[in-house]
Amino acid sequence: MYIYNDFDEEFVRNRVDQFRDQINRRISGALTEDEFKPLRLMNGLYLQLHAYMLRVAVPYGTLNGRQMRQLAYIADRWDKGYGHFTTRQNIQYNWPKLNEVADILEALADVEMHAIQTSGNCIRNVTADHFAGASADEFEDPRPTAELLRQWSTDHPEFTYLPRKFKIAVSGAAHDRAVVRAHDIGLYLRRNDAGEAGYEVVIGGGLGRTPMVGKTVQEFLPKADLLPYLEAVLKVYNLKGRRDNKYKARIKILVQETGLDVLKARIDAQFVICKASFKGVPDSILAPIEAAFAPPVFNNTRSAALDDALSNDPLLQSWVDTNLAAHKNPAYTIVTVSLKAVGQTPGDASSDQMRVLAALAEDFGHDELRVSHEQNIILPHIRRADIPQVYARLREAGLATANIGLLSDIIACPGMDYCALATARSIPVAKEIAVRFNELKLEQDIGPLKIKISGCINACGHHHVAHIGILGLEKKGVESYQITLGGDATQNMVVGKRAGPGFAADEILPAMERLIGAYLDIREDNSETFLDTFRRLGDAPFKAALYPVEEAKNAA
Amino acid sequence: MAREFVPQIITSNHLIEGDSIYLTEAGAWSRIAADAMLLANAEIAATTLATANLQTDLHVGAYLADATHFRETFRAVGPSNYFHGKQAV
Repeated sequence: MYIYNDFDEEFVRNRVDQFRDQINRRISGALTEDEFKPLRLMNGLYLQLHAYMLRVAVPYGTLNGRQMRQLAYIADRWDKGYGHFTTRQNIQYNWPKLNEVADILEALADVEMHAIQTSGNCIRNVTADHFAGASADEFEDPRPTAELLRQWSTDHPEFTYLPRKFKIAVSGAAHDRAVVRAHDIGLYLRRNDAGEAGYEVVIGGGLGRTPMVGKTVQEFLPKADLLPYLEAVLKVYNLKGRRDNKYKARIKILVQETGLDVLKARIDAQFVICKASFKGVPDSILAPIEAAFAPPVFNNTRSAALDDALSNDPLLQSWVDTNLAAHKNPAYTIVTVSLKAVGQTPGDASSDQMRVLAALAEDFGHDELRVSHEQNIILPHIRRADIPQVYARLREAGLATANIGLLSDIIACPGMDYCALATARSIPVAKEIAVRFNELKLEQDIGPLKIKISGCINACGHHHVAHIGILGLEKKGVESYQITLGGDATQNMVVGKRAGPGFAADEILPAMERLIGAYLDIREDNSETFLDTFRRLGDAPFKAALYPVEEAKNAA
Repeated sequence: MAREFVPQIITSNHLIEGDSIYLTEAGAWSRIAADAMLLANAEIAATTLATANLQTDLHVGAYLADATHFRETFRAVGPSNYFHGKQAV
């Protein structure tokens, strides 16, 4: 874990005091809402349908047990006993009161956390692979890069008023688990032929109303050039990005309208200038960051405890099959704790559940936790021999759902149950789908399937890059749900295609049943996933299943 | 042809709790949607909203709303996943 130095500590504390004063002035009437709104947004405080919402940054999704406990304490003391983990690896509280927000921020500062730059047109919380530092397919931990970028971008005077928000993600593994190509800047750690470390730099990715797959602008950027290069990208964007139209203000539109080659030439020219004045990151900054993410001291003793337990517990077997991933140390495994219990709100954890997760991290997991963009919690370093004990405690807490990567592991944004921007609800749709397919007992048979639901065009629920995406809109005064097919969130990112007209709220579940039923009918065998079948046959058979009446008409 | 004016209510969010609130006939704010004054005339609705917006130390972002729209129904009741919004009161 990165530990705050005196500078970080003072900066965060000062910001709390500053915002406390701003809140007091708003309440006294000294500040109008127009004056106050940009200030509260800079501190992660939104106003939603039923209450304020505080978005707390979880840098690159990494937490320790003490921090998770504090999140639980905040949920109990100032909220309604739960929190919502988001697709940007953050946590949101849905019920803070304005006059208590500064106290919440004070409590966060006590554990080296804050809500700075979780909103506004600045560089947002840098995200990373949630298996960082643990995964067998990783060649370099992306978190030192993410932490360096956090320090560089926090309160960066030049990049505090960008044309629009700016999101950066980093991955250092063979498989992209951080949706890198859907970010304003995406970084893949790479090694060149000489074995030197560097980055493939991707720009102009994003979802929202104009979904775009990020384009590679640098195949290999030497590591030492990262900050001057990103500075060059941001300087060009800051100057040339459109400020006349909010919907065209992201860097993806600049890439599209300018063309990658022309924009790259501008960035390269700016980079020469930035690099000339860049003196490098001093060792006094780099060394503590590198040290903070050194791997834990692993306990390599093996035992047959897991194998013994597996032989008499089919539920444990099923959970082990779906929720564990390969660790770089063979004595260890990565545990993904599902926050998608059937019938529950995707991404929500109660304060009790947070405390259980904190305790498991402390007792078995080298005090590390991660939040995934898929709205689950990761225990990245669990000894295989400890799995039966970990599983038993998760089960007691209602956290042992065996569904990672399966149909009911659904991403869903808060939608119109909470969000002021939403055009329809997401949570009830996610719940309905999970409950229905649980009744049908088909989830295991269906196999790997990514369903992602957004309650508006802004696409917080990543619906474009789902195998089956659902977008909630308003149509003629009622909620309407559009289905997209064939999206892919990995390094081979694909934006899904809209299947056809939307479905009313009471039609979306039957439509999903027809769609998935069609897949089961037409797949070659049960090893062919939904996405593979879609790629083999195209969208025609799926459209036919979704719109049977239309098909009948066409046939007549 | 001008669109027919749909009767509207004035709703806002409370400054401290952020809770949805409704302007009543008496000119006060209520947390209950059913207490909302119904405005059948566009001109009166606009002037009433302008007056309401002067009370900026009480609430945030007052607007004219069609009370029958599903968004307003959700705001009036609370979220559907937990019964601890207005439903709990």
